Amino acid sequence: MGADLLLAMQGVDKRFAGIPALSQATLEVNAGEVHALVGQNGAGKSTLIKVLTGYHQRDAGEVTFLGKPFEVSSPQQAQAGGISTIYQEINLVPLRSVTENICLGRAKRRFGLLDWRAMHEEAEHLLNRFRVRLDVRRPLGDFSTATQQMVAIARAIGFSARLVIMDEPTSSLDEQEVQVLFDVIRQLKADGVSVIFVSHKLDELYDVCDRVTIMRDGRTVRSADMSDISKLELVSQMLGRDVSKMEGHATAFSRPPADRSGEVVLTARSLAAGQAVRDVSFELHRGEIASFAGLLGAGRTETARVVFGADPTRAGSMYLDGRAYAPTHPRDAIEAGLGFVSEDRKLEGIVPDMSVADNLTLALLPRISAGGVVDEGKQREIVDRFIKDLGIKCSGPGQKIRELSGGNQQKVLLARWLAMSPDVLILDEPTRGIDVGAKGEIQRLIRSLSDGGLTVLMISSELEEVAEGADRVFVLREGRTVAELAGDEITEETILAAMAQGHVSHQEPGQ
Amino acid sequence: MNRARVARLFGTYGVLMALAVLIIFGWWRYDNFLSAFNVTTVVRYNAMFALIALGMCFVIMAGGIDLSVGSTAALGSVAAALASHYGIVPGMAAGIGAGLLVGAINGLLVTRARIMPFIATLSTLLAASGTALLLSNQTSVPVSATSGFINVGMGMLWVVPIPTAIAVAAYALGSIVLNYTSTGRTVLAVGGGEDASKLMGLPVARVTFLVYLASGGLAGLAGVLLAALGFAGQPTEGVGWELFAIAAVVVGGTLLTGGSGSVVTTLAGVLLLGTLFNVLNFENGKGWISLSAAWQSVVRGLFLLVVVLLQARLTRSTSQKA
Repeated sequence: MGADLLLAMQGVDKRFAGIPALSQATLEVNAGEVHALVGQNGAGKSTLIKVLTGYHQRDAGEVTFLGKPFEVSSPQQAQAGGISTIYQEINLVPLRSVTENICLGRAKRRFGLLDWRAMHEEAEHLLNRFRVRLDVRRPLGDFSTATQQMVAIARAIGFSARLVIMDEPTSSLDEQEVQVLFDVIRQLKADGVSVIFVSHKLDELYDVCDRVTIMRDGRTVRSADMSDISKLELVSQMLGRDVSKMEGHATAFSRPPADRSGEVVLTARSLAAGQAVRDVSFELHRGEIASFAGLLGAGRTETARVVFGADPTRAGSMYLDGRAYAPTHPRDAIEAGLGFVSEDRKLEGIVPDMSVADNLTLALLPRISAGGVVDEGKQREIVDRFIKDLGIKCSGPGQKIRELSGGNQQKVLLARWLAMSPDVLILDEPTRGIDVGAKGEIQRLIRSLSDGGLTVLMISSELEEVAEGADRVFVLREGRTVAELAGDEITEETILAAMAQGHVSHQEPGQ
Repeated sequence: MNRARVARLFGTYGVLMALAVLIIFGWWRYDNFLSAFNVTTVVRYNAMFALIALGMCFVIMAGGIDLSVGSTAALGSVAAALASHYGIVPGMAAGIGAGLLVGAINGLLVTRARIMPFIATLSTLLAASGTALLLSNQTSVPVSATSGFINVGMGMLWVVPIPTAIAVAAYALGSIVLNYTSTGRTVLAVGGGEDASKLMGLPVARVTFLVYLASGGLAGLAGVLLAALGFAGQPTEGVGWELFAIAAVVVGGTLLTGGSGSVVTTLAGVLLLGTLFNVLNFENGKGWISLSAAWQSVVRGLFLLVVVLLQARLTRSTSQKA
């Protein structure tokens, strides 16, 4: 093992404002291996990676790469030194061509001018290695997230990366795209390039990784071959507690025994909007968790935005408590008793520079103000109550929300809407990008809210979350509702079949 | 921990410290620097800039920019001068009204016509400047000598010049609005995350409109002071005032990207730039060196850079967090 050791980080310490984020963290990656880096949010994964790529400077510890001490002070230097990072939010320039995105920073020149032809050729060549064929002259933004990710990887390889760090690369990919990505990772491995793979999805780790390093509270808890560690062991070491009780259920949802749905709260008939929503109909019953299932691009988020008044409808009608409901602005929806936790937490959810307290009460401000002046006592009381009730971990209500972990940010966003006491809460990917422990907490919270009479519409790309959590499932496919499942009909198999075939097949497909 | 805290404090209040250092320097080097006459003159004259910077501060915190404030002030001064013959109140109302009108047009262009703030307010900069020239027949318009309008500029409220009192009141109000009203919180939310604010059902368009309206109104009020201080409506004044205001806001630690900022440090930014100007004048008066207006401009530019660089360096070391 010592001979083909590519990267060794040892005894790394990092403090922020005196609070340790890393203490004696260790990470060793061999040449040509795919190395999983796992841990709850706040365990120190991101910090460790940022120390490695020169974004943060470590307070103590040794970093050796390719047998030499590795000292960099910026991600650019790390890239030049052979370590490239592919971020969760792809950090390329969407308006410029694929070629420019791959070649920028090491452009080819002829007679002092850019040699476009050679650059296009190189871009195509790099992409071909991963069997990706596309018009490299078109702007990057024209392509899907999955394709953009391939471009990011091609760029890394173009910079002769020996180690590629992928930070939750699969979080916005569908099943098929994940497989393509894994093929690319295997190709990298075959070429002797190592990969550090950060993900919250356990199955993926076992699919593609050779070894794993588990972090908790800024420390390295364990490094092992994937084949030597069971899923249960892995999760329990991540969480640092006994999780044998989690066996049997992959999610923290537990289906109630009987049908408990009340009267119809919200009805949508033949909704159409933009290109993505063509013909969507559904009914939500009081106190149940309903779910939209479907592949990426099936029109789930787009439908939710229409229901919330964020986008206009082209056709169709909606009824809320039996009355016609046609919101033209989110404010209409909020006044009618709806809430919406959006999928894109960073862009459409949090206001990063504002405090936890402000983020929690922004939507509520009109209700806790008298004559435009905010009642700070009331604000404080509401914020304190939700921080306590939802177990939001922060240094205090005044802490900036950007400094919180993903799970805690999500809790603040949930609290924002719960404080409005809505009748219907739409949750778009409520557990995306959140670590296992916080995920279970949020799932339990959603269930207890619906037990309390709240009607929940949950959109999730995780099949097991839908199958175990939902009382009713509407399957969307290419902008149309193709199936409604309730009670015992809801299994991963029936949902998958409806997503794939466009109907619930009790008979042979093809009829 | 303490060091980081000190650095953060300096990032926020660095402008106040720079101001204190500059004042102490002036007091040590020049006779009469802290004389009642000099102090009164500086705070009286800078009240106009303070008002404009206050409006600019709100526009920038909401994620926009208002380039039209300088020519709006010029237009306001002409309108105020023309109306000053009917009395103090009509004079002030005309100036402020002209400013509100330009602000309302800016607000509508940005929220309704969805034109980028930079372009929208650049257009109104030109239009307001032209309107001021048309109203004034391209020459300065004397204010009424009998209606008492001049007192708005030259009068005293006990020991405080009236323009200064107006500016201080405006800043007190601005600080309350920003920190204690839902409108103020919404301004920061819109600047910090427009999409998120929309989905929260916040009145994004209304608040955006309001900040431009306020900025226009404050620029109009600055125009009233300009007319009262100069005894005339001055259609060609106000060139470059928007840049002075932006500089003051930035020196005050407000981010140009929106979403965070402070009213009090903006006022300190105005005073810092104003005091620097004053110090340079005193230096010329000493006769050691003689800085032409061109050189003064260079010195002010460099000083601005140093302050902003220092702040950036200090805040960067504290804001890096995983």
